[in-house]
Amino acid sequence: MAAGADGVYSPIAQFEIKSLVPLRLFGFDTSFTNSALYMVIAVGLISAFLIMSMRGRSLVPTRLQSVAEVLYEFVANTVRENVGQEGMKFFPLVFSLFIFVLICNLMGMVPGSFTVTSHLVVTAALALLVIGIVIVYGVATQGPQFLKLFVPDVPAPLLVLMVPIEVISFLSRPLSLSVRLFANMLAGHIALKIFAGFVGSLLAAGIWGIISPLPLLLTIALTALEVLVAVLQAYVFAVLTCVYLHDAVHGAHH
Amino acid sequence: MDPVAAKYIGAGLACLGMAGAGIGLGHLFGQFLSGALRNPSAADGQRGTLLLGFALTEALGIFSLLVALLLLFVV
Repeated sequence: MAAGADGVYSPIAQFEIKSLVPLRLFGFDTSFTNSALYMVIAVGLISAFLIMSMRGRSLVPTRLQSVAEVLYEFVANTVRENVGQEGMKFFPLVFSLFIFVLICNLMGMVPGSFTVTSHLVVTAALALLVIGIVIVYGVATQGPQFLKLFVPDVPAPLLVLMVPIEVISFLSRPLSLSVRLFANMLAGHIALKIFAGFVGSLLAAGIWGIISPLPLLLTIALTALEVLVAVLQAYVFAVLTCVYLHDAVHGAHH
Repeated sequence: MDPVAAKYIGAGLACLGMAGAGIGLGHLFGQFLSGALRNPSAADGQRGTLLLGFALTEALGIFSLLVALLLLFVV
């Protein structure tokens, strides 16, 4: 979507997916898009950073190495607090999810870039991966006992009501996990674009141009808030992943 | 009713949902402050929980904003 009818750029034009290398496989459109390009850049950046920073493996960390160690410790503590020591086998998963979402969110804050996590299909894939692992691991380790997750400790007559509620609440987890991240990124970027658009409209409105620095200042403040939201949402995604994994590792009774 | 007008009215109504998120955020930070002022030494340890609650609460307001944006740009 380019310029709208009134010549103003649409605030959702920034989310347009463009095909860079057209490709069709098995009847599906598998083109290499700008979304895929940014994901590749994110993975490349993360791998390069972690490999470069940990190359020395010195006892007294260098500056880069201490950044990587702080990141590691931060995620490891989150996993230990929310899943427990047995959950540390899921640390690679949570660390990968956290740092991928974090870098994608932060890359989206660069003006003119593309935000991978502002597309529901990306966040839904991540959320389904998490819930899939919870179900597969829970059933594999606990067997039918895993279904006790849906049976809370309440008097028997209440179970008629509680079991469907628990099932619905479990099924809505991937939905809320993916929509939370996607909606935060989408709404934040649209708000930024709309307030930035006010600067242009005010400058074009003659004498009103003298108040155009106001929306500009607001845009700067919003950018700061959005960086905070980008980091927080990555953290929330990791914490909720840990909370859901807790069910798979410990079962209903803990 | 004109469908376009209905669309804009619906988007405006959807934004009312953000009032709930506003109440929630007020509760969240108000309760945190009242707790933190009673026991300032324990407040630092709860900052992570506070931010987690902030993100979870704020997301609900964003959901209603999302409905409004969907009405404006997608429907």
